[in-house]
Amino acid sequence: MTRLLQILAAGALLLASLPGVAASPATDPPLPRDSIYQLPVQLTDHARRTRGWAVLRGKPRLVGMFYTSCQYICPLIVDSGRAIEKQLTPAERARLGVVLISMDPERDTPAALKKVIDQRKLDGARWTLASPPAGEVREVAGVLGIRYRPLADGEFNHTSALVLVDADGRILARTEQMGSRPDPEFVAVVKQALR
Amino acid sequence: MTSTLALTLAAAFAVSGIGGNGDYASLPGGSFRSALDYEDVPGNVTLAPFAMMKRPVTNGEFLEFVKANPQWRRDRVATVMAEPRYLSHWAGPAELGEARAAQPVVQVSWFAASAYCEAQGARLPTWNEWEYAAAADETRRDARRDPVWRERILAWYSRPSDSALPRAGLQTPNAYGIQDLHGLVWEWTDDYSSLLVDADNRNQGDPDNARFCGAGALSMDDRDNYAVLMRVAMLSSLDAPDTTANLGFRCARDLP
Repeated sequence: MTRLLQILAAGALLLASLPGVAASPATDPPLPRDSIYQLPVQLTDHARRTRGWAVLRGKPRLVGMFYTSCQYICPLIVDSGRAIEKQLTPAERARLGVVLISMDPERDTPAALKKVIDQRKLDGARWTLASPPAGEVREVAGVLGIRYRPLADGEFNHTSALVLVDADGRILARTEQMGSRPDPEFVAVVKQALR
Repeated sequence: MTSTLALTLAAAFAVSGIGGNGDYASLPGGSFRSALDYEDVPGNVTLAPFAMMKRPVTNGEFLEFVKANPQWRRDRVATVMAEPRYLSHWAGPAELGEARAAQPVVQVSWFAASAYCEAQGARLPTWNEWEYAAAADETRRDARRDPVWRERILAWYSRPSDSALPRAGLQTPNAYGIQDLHGLVWEWTDDYSSLLVDADNRNQGDPDNARFCGAGALSMDDRDNYAVLMRVAMLSSLDAPDTTANLGFRCARDLP
């Protein structure tokens, strides 16, 4: 009987840890139900690593979407991330990650993503530029609350947002104010998350 | 009690026998004038042949899915993929209660609807596919110019939405053999989040307030097609985890 209970308990533990099992070490506690990393998606980043995005767990992050060939708002997303970083102390900055996920995975290869890291002089240790598989872009957009439509000429019509998540991927705040002057209220929540 | 249960089960099977799980109608591809007019897509849209479920997915069918995929139970689902009202009309996480098996399932998020279709080897229909199928009446593949038909569809939208939903599959099939595209529930489309309608027109042309990137604005090509206009307005206001008491779905598949 005790033996049976043990087996059942082990089974239940295994089930509980399944959503995060592919990406995180077995020692990590299960992801909370309201974590964006509950969405099972693999990202391929600018350093050619393909991993479940739950590896992003562990520190607060700003998460947004973009595509490298964008002529209009997307360069602004990089500016927006930098503008928020600029409001932080060096110690705070080191604790925050910025993740930009492509809505154009077919063209945004690791090389294309790396080019943006280099051209915009982004710190590859803090910034992650990555592409999901082509069929899963709308799911990533779904958890981030971003809308988009591919246009006939290869551009995208899209909304822009930076979403602040805590170390476990829980959404704390979002801003749609793009550009060099970030929303002070949003910055305040970012600073609080980094305490 | 037992006989009531038996009767309920019999009724559920009878319904699923008529238009059950996986019962699809085949639609030919073709060129189609959408009521939506995009700057970057002049003229008609072209559709490849596809198959679409003859009626929306029911509570009974969705319950089977939830039992087989317990991560989609309302008490276990990732809340980034389904808001708190998800399946809240059921008596329990795996129990319908007052919700009847043959009624279309509602209170389902886009993520849950997509997962259901994926489990059937299918997907949600695109907006264009849905609009194409829904342009038909009982005899014509495109009845949209008929004011009588338009009136009939619009009458449904003016009915109060707090009464119990009829069961799925009661209405006469359209020219493709598909039922309930109008007059029962609203339905998710795979690309619902590509419908970008700025809630505030005053923002247009002001780059500081631009919600969307540059080109590709959406306008209504057919301003008298209120039924489509309302669907677009509704879908464009939703986020992927959202659910409502009148929003369900059906699945579609590519055809070779």
